Formats: sequence, structure tokens, C-alpha cells
Amino acid sequence: MIQAGVIGVGQTKYDAKRRDVSMAGLVREAIDNAMLAANLEWDAIDAVILGKAPDMFEGVIMPELYLADAIGAVGKPVLRVHTAGSVGGSTAVIAASHVCSGQFKTVLTVTFEKQSESNATWALSPRYPYSPHINAGAGGYFAPFIREYIRRYEAPEHIGWKVAAKDRQNALKNPLAHLHIPGIDEKMVSDTPMLWEPLRYLESCPSSDGACAMVITAQDQVGSRNVAWIKGMAVRSEGTLSAGRDEVNPQAGIDCAKDIYNQAGIHNPFNEIDCAEIYVPFSWYEPMWLENLGFCDLGEGWKLTDKDATAIDGELPFNMSGGVLSSNPIGASGMIRFGEAALQVMGLAEDHQVEDAKVAMGHAYGGAAQFFAMWIVSSSLD
Amino acid sequence: MKRVAIVGYAQHPILKNAGALNEVELIMPVVHQLFNDLGISQQDIDFTCSGSCDYLQGAAFAFVEGLSAIQTNPPIKESHVEMDAAWAMYESMLKIQMGDAETALIYGFGKSSPGDLDAIISLQMDPYYISPLWPDRVSLAALQARVLLDQNVITSEQMLASVIEARANSKNNKNALITDLIDESVYLKNAMVSSPLNKLDCPPISDGSSAMIIASEEKAYEFTDHPIWIEGIDHRIESSNLGSRNLATSNTLQASMNQLNLKNIKFDVAELHTQFSHELPFLKSLLNLQDVPTNLSGGPLVGNVMMCAGLDAIGKTYESLKDNQFTHGLAHATSGPCLQHNMLVHLEAQK
Amino acid sequence: MSAEDTPKDYSESPINLEYFYTAGSATTRFLNQVKEGNIVGQGCPKCKAVYVPPRGSCPRCGVATDIEVPLTDKGCIESFTVVHIPIPGNPIVPPYVCAMIRLDGANISFLHLIQDVEIENIRIGMRIQAVWKPKEEWTHSLENIKWFAPIDEPDVDVATLRFEES
Repeated sequence: MIQAGVIGVGQTKYDAKRRDVSMAGLVREAIDNAMLAANLEWDAIDAVILGKAPDMFEGVIMPELYLADAIGAVGKPVLRVHTAGSVGGSTAVIAASHVCSGQFKTVLTVTFEKQSESNATWALSPRYPYSPHINAGAGGYFAPFIREYIRRYEAPEHIGWKVAAKDRQNALKNPLAHLHIPGIDEKMVSDTPMLWEPLRYLESCPSSDGACAMVITAQDQVGSRNVAWIKGMAVRSEGTLSAGRDEVNPQAGIDCAKDIYNQAGIHNPFNEIDCAEIYVPFSWYEPMWLENLGFCDLGEGWKLTDKDATAIDGELPFNMSGGVLSSNPIGASGMIRFGEAALQVMGLAEDHQVEDAKVAMGHAYGGAAQFFAMWIVSSSLD
Repeated sequence: MKRVAIVGYAQHPILKNAGALNEVELIMPVVHQLFNDLGISQQDIDFTCSGSCDYLQGAAFAFVEGLSAIQTNPPIKESHVEMDAAWAMYESMLKIQMGDAETALIYGFGKSSPGDLDAIISLQMDPYYISPLWPDRVSLAALQARVLLDQNVITSEQMLASVIEARANSKNNKNALITDLIDESVYLKNAMVSSPLNKLDCPPISDGSSAMIIASEEKAYEFTDHPIWIEGIDHRIESSNLGSRNLATSNTLQASMNQLNLKNIKFDVAELHTQFSHELPFLKSLLNLQDVPTNLSGGPLVGNVMMCAGLDAIGKTYESLKDNQFTHGLAHATSGPCLQHNMLVHLEAQK
Repeated sequence: MSAEDTPKDYSESPINLEYFYTAGSATTRFLNQVKEGNIVGQGCPKCKAVYVPPRGSCPRCGVATDIEVPLTDKGCIESFTVVHIPIPGNPIVPPYVCAMIRLDGANISFLHLIQDVEIENIRIGMRIQAVWKPKEEWTHSLENIKWFAPIDEPDVDVATLRFEES
């Protein structure tokens, strides 16, 4: 297989409403930053791969058509990916697949969401006939799975507060993060109103505008550039309403993680991965994914969180950038995880850099915790 | 480059209104037909990819519903493009070429009947300047038709011929929605929708689904003695700004032809994703297909399932090569207003 | 400069699209029974898993669920959340309880409301039964069930609910 690597990551400032830019301006801001970081001219881009969550979030159908000029795709192949919340991750995987197939030398990939231009709650909860209209948003959907996790493993309630505070403290080190909450701590989280028990207001992700772009290239095109080598990448899906599915610990997540560890030659992910950007839109998903991704045994995830293993200076830092809990332009949220993992192994994460990070993981999930995309990036090819 | 072959294709009968069938019930029959034809199951598929559009049925995650048609225990390698399923095939081909899969299942589905397709498709345009004017898809196509007529790239007689021939060719297509034959007098009696396009110049509102299986060279021969090879494939997009495009030609299609080196290939058959009558003579001329039997299935004018019609052009070309022992076929898929995004696929049967 | 004079940096461009929504044949079969006050799940011919409400397929096996399986309106709470924010377009007053309802004999759960009980007494595994609207209000919708309410039966260990192929 052709070896591919990330040579440029570009992001926008994330915010509740980026009214200073159009959708085209938003994606272009991320693209320009990625192209600058990659130190490439437009001629070098062979294809553009665009990802975002449902078109209903902005009211633009198949936005690659309208955005063709802004994303620099005119005259080139363009592909539009939509795999629900995991789309930022799967788009990165598909972009890298373009290079690994041998058909393309260098590709640009970009994901975005501009939720302020529409009503995302409406988009997610249209009133369909025939069924009770009790959809209380994504938090209402995931909260029962979280309650079941807490019941199974007798996890104490402060774990959720701890994750929420830790990710927002990390966000203070990331100037691009949407939420900057000075003095954020567990107490502040636990004092916020309950939304979907057991989730409190600050245990939930915000709704953001933003875009993230990456330039991915083949080994023979890298030259002297700083590169994050893609050592393993995979996607997995399982049906929503499938008998026997464990929503708390989905098999698709377990399988996807095993796949990338195998590709990357990782036997003990807890020891061999230096840091990870994991899709945690609600606080409790940190311990749940610690277990699902094989970093520890079932029931041990919350204990790792409790003993600060996932802190930025811990044994396995999680979400150094502040994570989805601090910035959530849905379509881009997965790619931000993948891009931030790349920045870590390139040593470009600035104030939220994990010292000496060599191997990092990016992770995204979507739908009813049924779509997964992951990758492992490394500072070296060996 | 690893060779990739099409080894199976199935199409749901195209319906005017598939109201009685949900996404799952539309997709399952075509996937099962393919599995039965090849004697395989989902366990034999390494990668699955679908194409669909949420807005057609007014649900934010239509493809998630559709996935329930597929066996996902154990979980599968799967992805989705919010594009015609021709691009799902493209993505699947890349997965095979990179060595991540030996086989791939592609499916597309679309129901245009539940909503107002004209209104829905106008949301494809620039949301700040164009969409608020609600330009409908027929009017946008008519802009290009007018340019082509005025610049003598095509004639109105060719548009008429497209309509008459499409209906005549529908006899070759057991899944066609429109099968009644017409003559010039019937054609001329139809009122203009957007001049110069009358109702019969436009494709019918259609519901349906289709599926395809592709495989690596090693695997293809396990399925069939006569795989049809994807000998060349290229797709490119044009500017979204209609005012900056020359609608009398297609720079990107010309670039794709050069890339695929199509000049020296004598095609036996072509299936083009030409949704409006003027697009057929336009693309036949542009692609040098004047003497090539084109849209023998009737093409989109006799059944135009959104998100499938491009994959269907590839599938129908595949069937034509297989059934007639032809050698070279050309398929075309498109997306966006006025043929903005085009894919060309050169299929070849082995000698 | 008054607020009205401030240049606006956005304008509203409403999108109204109407859809003629259809249920599909599996759901139609199910809803025709719900109209009569019956809950009839659909079973997979291969693994025998029972789906309610059915979508027409068993994603475990990728086949149509063509076996009709009559169920009662009793079951248990697989999990739940107490929601403290309103639902857009729904008059329900927070806090209210939204639960994953697992009917007896079914192998998946669905979301519905829990009422007629103090919220702090609701537990995972609690036995519940449907509270129906008056018969004359029945239509083709699970809204025929107003909510589910606890019944006096011993709790269920939800670990035993996990579907295993026999």
C-alpha cells in the first residue's frame, strides 16, 4: 500500500456564530491555513474531498456544487461524504484512500458546519407522523446509554463533571476553541442546570460554526516537510435498531479500534499511544470510549479518568485541544480530532502540545453510536 | 494500478410513487437479487458504500435508515456519499485499489415523489444570491438548452429525436417507468415548462433503487468468467457560477476525455446521464459518440431515480457489454445544474 | 445610531418544503394494528429476533422481518433520562422522563414517556405497562399510548435482555 501522510492542517476560529464569513468564506479560511501549513501551490492539489453532516443544517443541498470554487475544486474531482457525526473522520479516511489508491498524489480535504445559518434542532427533530414526538435532541438520545454505563460499573457522578472541566481547561490553551470559560472546574460544572439526567449543561457540547482542512500526500511527495504519517485508518458501521446491539459498548467501535491497532502494529494501546483526540460530545463518553477502544478493561474507564490519566500531563492525554465539548461544528468535529492528532505528532500543537508525542489517535463517531472512523498517526514511518 | 471489475448490477423497477415502500424495502430487493445472482452474502463483501440525499425524503439521516437493509452484524466497513451512487462506486473502487477491500457493494436510492423536486433541487445553488430566488431545475436546464440552440450546437429536431428514441428504447428496459411511444404531433402538443423545454423534454419524477458489486481482478473471476473492467474513470466539477461557465461546451468533460485517452477508442455503446432532451445530442457531439448507440435503455427520460441514475448509466452500460458481447462502453454520470459535475467511465469487456 | 439603524449582517431566507410522508409497508402493517390497540412486532425468519416498532428488516441478518409476533403492552425500562428542557413543538412540561421501553418478547427498545410515578422512584429494570388514550382517539400512531406507567411486578435484570441467537 502507498504510504500517505498529513502535511498541513488548517482550522478556523470556532464560535457560536461566525457571521463575519459566508459558508464559502468559512471553508476557505480553514483551507488557506492548511495550504499555508503544507506550503503548497494550488496546482499540487489533485482532488478535493468535502465532508459535512446533514445538508439540513445549512439548507444547502450537496454543497460541493455551490462551494466548488471556494474549495479550489474547479476542474478537479470532488467527493462529498456524509456519515452523520463521524463524517469528519470518515472524510479524512476517504481523502487518504484517494492517495493510498495510487490514483492521486496530493489531496485537499475539508469539513465544515455553519449551524448558525439554520436551526439544527429543527433539522434533527422534524415532526414525523405516526410516532410520538419526544425527540429531545442528541443529549436526550444518548443520556439513557450513559445512565446504563453508570449503572453497570457503579461509576460516581463526579466523573462526568471531571471530564467536562478537564476538556474546558484544555480549551483555554487552544485559541481556536469555541468555549473559553475562565476558572472552569468541577464545581462550576456541577452547579449548572441538569438538561438530560445525568447530563448537566456544561457536560454537553456546544453548537459551533467552523471548518477544518487537511492536505494529505503520498510518501514520494513529502520532501522535507513536517509530516504526520498515517499508520492505520478504518471505518465501521452497524445498524441502528439491531437486536443484540450494545449501545453502551458498540461492537463497531471495538472492531474499528482493533483494525487500526493491527495496521499500526500496536499491541498495547494504553502504553503505545502517546495521546488521543477522541469524540466526546457528552462528558461520560470519555470513560465509555476508554473501554470501547481497548485502553482498559470494561468498568475501568471511569477509574482512569478519576486518577487523571487523561489529563494533558497524564499517562494518556485525551482531547488536548478541548475536544468536542469545547468546539463542535458537527461536520468538522471528527476531522478536528484527526487533524489535532496529526498536529501533536508534528509537534505543532503549541500551548496544548503533549511533550514528545510520537503516536496519536484520532476518533469520531456518529448516528446512534453506530458509525466509527479512526486513525493512528505517527511522527515516524517505522 | 490494480484493475477493478463490475461483476453484478441490479435495478428496482422505477416507480412513479413508491409510497408503499420505505428506504429499507426499496434497497433490500436489489441487494438480495445481486447476492442471489452471485451466490454470495454480505459476509463476502469487504466494503459497502451508498449514495442518497436526505432532502429528497425530508429526513436528516435518510442513509442511516437505509443502512438497516444491510446485514451489519458483524459490523461492516461502510461509508456514504451525499451524491449519486456513481460516486459511491468511485469511492469503493479506490478502496479496492488501495488494498483495503477485494469486493464492494454499492447501492443508491431515491424517492422524488414525497416532495417538490423543483423546490428541493433549487437549494443546490448559492444560498446567498441564487437559492432565495428559487430557480427550479427545469429552468436552469433550459438556460443551457437555449444557449446550445442559439449557438447551433444542437437543433430542436435533435431534442425531439431524443424524446422519441428514449421511449422507443424503453422496450429494452424492463424497469423503465415511461414506455408509451409518441410521435412529433404528441410532442408538439405539450406545453412548455420552461422554454425551450416542454414537459416531454424533462425526466419523469421517479422513485427507486439500484445496486452494484465490484471486485478486484483476483476476486472478479471467482464471481464470473466475464467481468467487465473499469478501464478508465475520471470525474471533475465546474464552477458553481453559471455566469462564468461556457454552457455551450464542457471544459471538464473535455479534460476527462483527454485524461482517459478516449479519442482512439471505438465505443460499441454508451449510456449517458442526460436528464433533459437537449443534453443527449450535446454530449453525443462533445464525446464523439455520433455513431455510437446511446441510451439503449431509454436513459433518464424514461426513468430518472435521483441518486441512482448515474450508477444506472454505468450499470446499463455493463449490462449492454455483457449481453451483447460488446467490447467498449462509455458511461456518464452527472450532478448539479447544467451538467456541473461529470464522471466518465470507460468499461471494457475482456477479449 | 439606534438599533434600527445598525446595518444587519444577515437576512432571513425561510425554506418551507412540504413532503407527502409515507410509512412503508412494514410500518403500515404495524400501525394498522396499533390503530386497533394491538402491538404486533415483526420477527426475523433467520435469527428470530423480534422488532417493535418494525422498520421492515433485521439488520443482524439483512433480511425482511416477515413474521408477525403479537405482544402485550407490558415490559420494562431498559434505561431512561429525566429531561429538563422542553421539546420543540411539544406541550409537555419539564421535567419529564423519556425511557427506552423494552416490551416483553421484543428484542429492541423504543423511546416513550414514563408517568404516574415520582421521578426519583424510576429505575432501570422497572416493570411498566402502556397507558392508552381513550379508544375513540386511537389513530395510526404510537401516540395512542399516552405514556407508560409502573406496575407492581419485580424488577428485571436488564443484562438478561441482551439478545443472544439461540
